[in-house]
Amino acid sequence: MFVQQLVNGLMLGGAYALVAIGYTLIFGVLNLLHLAHGEVFMVGAYVGLALALAGFPPWATLGGAMLAAALLGVVVERVAFRPVRSRGSHVTPLMTTIAVGLVLQHAVVKLYGAEPVAMPTPFASASLELGPVTLSTLQLLILGTSVALMALLEVFLRSTPTGMAIRATAENPTIAGLMGINVSLTIVITFAIASALAGAAGVLLAWNFTGLSPFFGVKVGLKGLAIMLLGGLGNVTGAMVGGLVVGVVEALSVGYLDSSYRDAFAFAVMILILLVRPTGLLGARLQSG
Amino acid sequence: MVSEPLLAVDRLSRSFGKLVVLAGLDLSVESGGIHAIIGPNGAGKTTFFNLVTGALSPDGGRIRFGGSDIGHLPASRRTALGICRTFQNIRLFGSMTALENVLLGLHCRTRGGLLAPLLGVPFRRSPGEVAARERAAAVLEMVGLAAKAHQSAVELPYGEQRRLEIARALASAPRLLLLDEPSAGMNPQETLELEALITQVNRRGVTILLIEHKMSLVMKLSKIVTVLNFGQKIAEAAPAEIQRDPRVIEAYLGS
Amino acid sequence: MLSDHAVSILIFAGIDVIMALSFFLPASAGQLSAGQGGFMALGAYTSAYLTVHHQTPFPLALAAGGLVGGLVGLAVGFPALRLRGLYLVLVTFGFGEMVRVLFLNAPAFGGPAGFAGIPPATTIWYVLGLLVVLVYFFTRVSSSRMGRAFAALRDDEAAAEAMGVNATYVKLAAFTAGGVIAGLGGGLYAHYTLFIDPEAFGVGRSLFVMLYAVFGGLASFWGAVAGATILSILPELLRWVKDWREILYGLLVLIMMLVRPQGLLDAAFLARLSARGERAAARG
Repeated sequence: MFVQQLVNGLMLGGAYALVAIGYTLIFGVLNLLHLAHGEVFMVGAYVGLALALAGFPPWATLGGAMLAAALLGVVVERVAFRPVRSRGSHVTPLMTTIAVGLVLQHAVVKLYGAEPVAMPTPFASASLELGPVTLSTLQLLILGTSVALMALLEVFLRSTPTGMAIRATAENPTIAGLMGINVSLTIVITFAIASALAGAAGVLLAWNFTGLSPFFGVKVGLKGLAIMLLGGLGNVTGAMVGGLVVGVVEALSVGYLDSSYRDAFAFAVMILILLVRPTGLLGARLQSG
Repeated sequence: MVSEPLLAVDRLSRSFGKLVVLAGLDLSVESGGIHAIIGPNGAGKTTFFNLVTGALSPDGGRIRFGGSDIGHLPASRRTALGICRTFQNIRLFGSMTALENVLLGLHCRTRGGLLAPLLGVPFRRSPGEVAARERAAAVLEMVGLAAKAHQSAVELPYGEQRRLEIARALASAPRLLLLDEPSAGMNPQETLELEALITQVNRRGVTILLIEHKMSLVMKLSKIVTVLNFGQKIAEAAPAEIQRDPRVIEAYLGS
Repeated sequence: MLSDHAVSILIFAGIDVIMALSFFLPASAGQLSAGQGGFMALGAYTSAYLTVHHQTPFPLALAAGGLVGGLVGLAVGFPALRLRGLYLVLVTFGFGEMVRVLFLNAPAFGGPAGFAGIPPATTIWYVLGLLVVLVYFFTRVSSSRMGRAFAALRDDEAAAEAMGVNATYVKLAAFTAGGVIAGLGGGLYAHYTLFIDPEAFGVGRSLFVMLYAVFGGLASFWGAVAGATILSILPELLRWVKDWREILYGLLVLIMMLVRPQGLLDAAFLARLSARGERAAARG
């Protein structure tokens, strides 16, 4: 039973990690929090829903959602981030992302209604037995996909020129620019990747919960933020590990805590981290931007 | 009878990571005069000011003001005790007028919290506010900015902004005024006016600690000059002697 | 006399203005709180509990709601001291959510089913009365010692401290006062809608409060008044706005931030208004 929940937790955590990675990538290159990232995740899930309802196979659903999310991410960057990121005030970039998130959320409400809708899941009844644990094929698929995506990302960041450009820009945008890196383009690519991962997470979690609602994005978004803070701002590996940890903790607490308390737990963790970690380390990065 | 120095700093040190900015500085400022601090860039002068005012906390050493240890006091408390400063890069309050900036300088010399505005006669300024405005106007008059009282502080010409910063600091009725490169960016005419202002302020009983690069100003105004390099005092004497001190010359030429 | 419907619009608009002002106060000291909904909830539930279960007279219950809002504001203000900008937004947002979860799981307050049977005590006069007091308060504060301290902290905290402003005290005062105002708004809300549930004070509320104030402009409290009045009444004047409110307001704020980030009423505009006023007074 415990192992069962552990696997559940890893699966959940893998998807959370994908969202957290998106936040942390964007924070890394821009020093700004993308508060509409949860909404991008949610829109990705709904695109997946539309594709699944239209009869596309699961891999196309996932791929289509990732593509749509990536496009959306690029648009959001152009509209809500680029025009405001160099201005002094920190109110403005905050408000633009919140505004965009609000618009996306309610656009989806207009299209699909505020109530949760069912998501067709692949391999709904197939399962696998590994010793004491019964895993549904779906769970394996979800877990496997998130692990694969994270592995791909790691390889990408470490070995490809674009990946290294992203890491250089996160390190120091001015110097990266002087080294010949097209910082603006790198930022756009970062948004595309972060959003694609969020879109994937959206489909994976929709499969897991067999349903989704337009307000999905706020909850998962907040958890993603908490995980990012847990793992360290701009730290991709930290986001991965943090995501898995949070997923496992959440799965294990299912038996003990009411669901609304589980959400509050994520907020509490986030608040604690923000209070306990010396603001000097984190604050300095934010204020210099 | 030997009187206690107004400000006495003892083995003061501060590093930023591996960079040692101040390495055990000993410095005393006597009450009443104008004391200049000079040295090449990076010598630790502004850091020294930051430590004295409480913007930074020291890694080691003591700071005594008027005989008492102030090293543990927060910045706002030190201002109330009588230490105030201006900044190397002007830091006026952008959303306020010149008068309002000076009124803010009076913060620690006036009283009144959030409930105060609710009390008192409606549509009439409280007596405290009226008195404060008069004091602020007087300070503006002294620095020659009375006509600009209601102009946005950050829209004033550069030289006037510097004078406004001094006015703001003066409003707090300091015993010790720390001026960080007040003549930076000023033309010769403005520098002369600044010199007159500093002299006038000093005559009113405010001890002045001055970081400056313009040697003419240092020579004319200060009684004592302390030379810093690499976070330590390398010389301290009257201006005329400092000019001739070989160590000082080497510090400026060698760096 | 005004129709019941018109009165209802005015009361809700008035409460929105009160809430926007509750956001404006800490914001004017540089502290952006995305959790004003939480304080509103505390005021609403506290005052409703008192009037329903203890037959407390409304003015007293209302004051109690404001007091609870203030005390919790003070408590939240302490950890908020160490946080700036975005981090403060996140923490206050988390606070708002935690309050919502608290009331969701509190059977004494009705839980998810909400708290019903609240006596109708809010009239337009209560709302107007509080608004008049608040406008008077904010007008006086803006040219007072504390008002300048707020502005200084917001402009440059380190310089303000160097000039003798005790940032801790001033920030705490701002947060506490913001909590009191939001608590009062909550009490008025509860005794008008006669039924409250945790969802009424959630993310949506806190975000809208923030949007109203930022849209109107943070340079002066009049911005919060204008922003909240306009955005609150607009859906009533234009039916189609009501259905598309969130999308429309999101786009509106987005465009405002891109085109005129200082909001509707900015410092320059207000300066021109006051200059005109002074000239008129000189003439008249």
